[in-house]
Amino acid sequence: MAFVAAYVVLLVAFGVLPTAYAVYFAFTDAGGKVTGFANFVSTAHDFRFLDAVSHVAVYLLFWLLSLVVFVVALALLLHRLASGSASKALRFLYYIPGALAGAASVLVWLFMLDPTVSPVRSLLGVLGFHTFGEVIAPGNLPLLFTIIAFWTGAGGWIVVMYGALNNIPTDVMEAARIDGAGAWQTAWHVQIPMLRKWIVYMVILAFAGGAQLFVEPQLLSLASVGVAGRDYSLNQLTYDFAFQMNNINGAAAVSVELLVVSVSAAAVFVARSGFFDAE
Amino acid sequence: MTVNKPSSGRERASSKSRAALLAGCAAAAALTLTACGGGTTGTTTKDGFAQVPQKDGALTVWVDATRMDAVKLYQKLHPEVKLNIVSYDGDANGSNYLQTKVQLFNRTHKGWPDVVFSSQNNEASWAVDAGFAAPLNKGLVDEATLGKFASGANDVCTVNGTVYCLRNDLSQAVLWYNAPLLKKFGYQVPTTWEEYQQLGEKVAKEHPGYLVGDAGDSFTPEIYLWASKCGANHITGPKSVSVNTSSEACTKMAKLMDVLIKNKSMSISGVFSTDFGKNQADKVLLMPGPAWYGGALFEGTFKTPAKQIAAAPIPQWKGETSPSTGNVGGGTWLLSQHSEHIKAATDFLKWVTTDNAYQGKKAPGFPAYAPAAEVWLKGQNSSGYFASDLNALKAASSQVWPGWGSGQFSQEAIWAATVKPALTQGKSVASMLPAWQDSIVKYAKSNGYKVSQ
Repeated sequence: MAFVAAYVVLLVAFGVLPTAYAVYFAFTDAGGKVTGFANFVSTAHDFRFLDAVSHVAVYLLFWLLSLVVFVVALALLLHRLASGSASKALRFLYYIPGALAGAASVLVWLFMLDPTVSPVRSLLGVLGFHTFGEVIAPGNLPLLFTIIAFWTGAGGWIVVMYGALNNIPTDVMEAARIDGAGAWQTAWHVQIPMLRKWIVYMVILAFAGGAQLFVEPQLLSLASVGVAGRDYSLNQLTYDFAFQMNNINGAAAVSVELLVVSVSAAAVFVARSGFFDAE
Repeated sequence: MTVNKPSSGRERASSKSRAALLAGCAAAAALTLTACGGGTTGTTTKDGFAQVPQKDGALTVWVDATRMDAVKLYQKLHPEVKLNIVSYDGDANGSNYLQTKVQLFNRTHKGWPDVVFSSQNNEASWAVDAGFAAPLNKGLVDEATLGKFASGANDVCTVNGTVYCLRNDLSQAVLWYNAPLLKKFGYQVPTTWEEYQQLGEKVAKEHPGYLVGDAGDSFTPEIYLWASKCGANHITGPKSVSVNTSSEACTKMAKLMDVLIKNKSMSISGVFSTDFGKNQADKVLLMPGPAWYGGALFEGTFKTPAKQIAAAPIPQWKGETSPSTGNVGGGTWLLSQHSEHIKAATDFLKWVTTDNAYQGKKAPGFPAYAPAAEVWLKGQNSSGYFASDLNALKAASSQVWPGWGSGQFSQEAIWAATVKPALTQGKSVASMLPAWQDSIVKYAKSNGYKVSQ
């Protein structure tokens, strides 16, 4: 009971109240006068808004697809290696990048992507990249951010999926094997359907996180002295509205939009997947 | 952010300053009929702004790593002053850190630094509206001192005739060159842009790999297009700007750059890129660039040996009568309106911008305060690092073309995001001029500027 109370206090202080405060800001002007949707209209008319929306949309597509496909595939592979020592080592390996703080792991990538100092410069050279400027060309950014986010964030999910795979009752797996199902068939017809709720859970959280894309483009923007990544995502735009243009209310409006989109997406996923249905 | 609190500072004698404060307060009250310490806010209008009640205590100073030396020197020379020194990024590359923090402090109503250094020139464009920067020419700093700054140096600090910051250093562009190398190749220092281009074409043929300039930095337009009097950034009022990148002044410089970029005698890497440092730093024959290139770039970053680097006036277009050059940054010092230690803050501000102990002898850049600049030049000329005297810097200090301003939006950020990626992809500067203008206009408008084109 005390534990729940402490949680509720924290949730209210750092979750509910700030959200309510943002909603209040979003519908008022700097003087506190209620302005309806004026902040939403004015921020949507900013010349960077639609670009930022499309950047985030493309990034989300890349990020969620790669997450679902590769995380599930790697977790299945890990599970097939069973409890050997290779599996343990791999599990640890997958998890390491996640243990690095977010900004620090993005910094690692800034070195990786600069052909002058990169340990994989020969690979970058083969791909036709000889300067940092070529690597961070605008068209490459969604892919770069996806790779960085995958490297920093996917490891934890692989370990989670692995745990979920271990929870599939052995008699089910046994039955599949006796029925003559191979690795592919077992994965496709037994394991993945039974992982469905975990995958939905991952997608909901990854969607909310991905929609708030900020650290990757912001650090890249600093590292490239503004060549790439400035005003790239919606969250960067809110930062710009709030602090560069002293428009806290506009910033709040955009963050409320992000909240609405993330919650709606989660609602759709939950409803369509029967996430909360009792087994 | 790191916080240094020198423990050696002693308490200031408080009764004397308090008496002075009370006297000043009474005088101001008599003049302006503002109750001293009365009312709900308890402010006193003095020196052209509403001052909060003054208190004793540590003076909070924010500086970047380079200016840390200045504050430490001040502490050494004035051990009686209690300082709370905070190091931050100095708003380098338009990071807006200071603005972000001031907006937050304005909400929490506390936390402002008393004096702050910024490496940017455009702080006055927001710090006045935000109620942060205190007016300096309304009583805090005397006219005689202000009058000794290089002509136009404090233009970037002036809003409607009121000075809101003091310039730390000037960053007038000159033509840096490698004197022994130029002699070895048998070339002359070009005095016109036409000669400069011809030399670049010659270098490309006779000594491929060597460079006559770089066009890959976010401040590239401030070196070349500003010097060429391109009207891309003419700030005509506190919230109005005129933008025109299609004039001949812009297009002829863009074409010159395109010729040299194409024959590779002008790099597009950017002088601070890892690529340039590794592959091109020892290939610099000529390099138009700001005053601070001498110490910060050649001596500091490239570690070019002594007796090689020299400075000449930046080239002019043939037939031009008045010399003009550009400017890349040059920091500013601001004093907070919210300071509770205005006397101590003003003393420090005056010392750090004008005193020879720092500006004349220790400063890494060309001091904006002319008497200190004289001393600084003498010191540089006798330091033995440069292959020529640096008198070209002095001449250039008053030749910065005034038609390029410092708005709230960062010109460097706009160039970096709009033109630089296109150059990397092989597009020409000339072909990017319309897109550059379009981008400036959009950013200016979204920052609330009235734009004429």
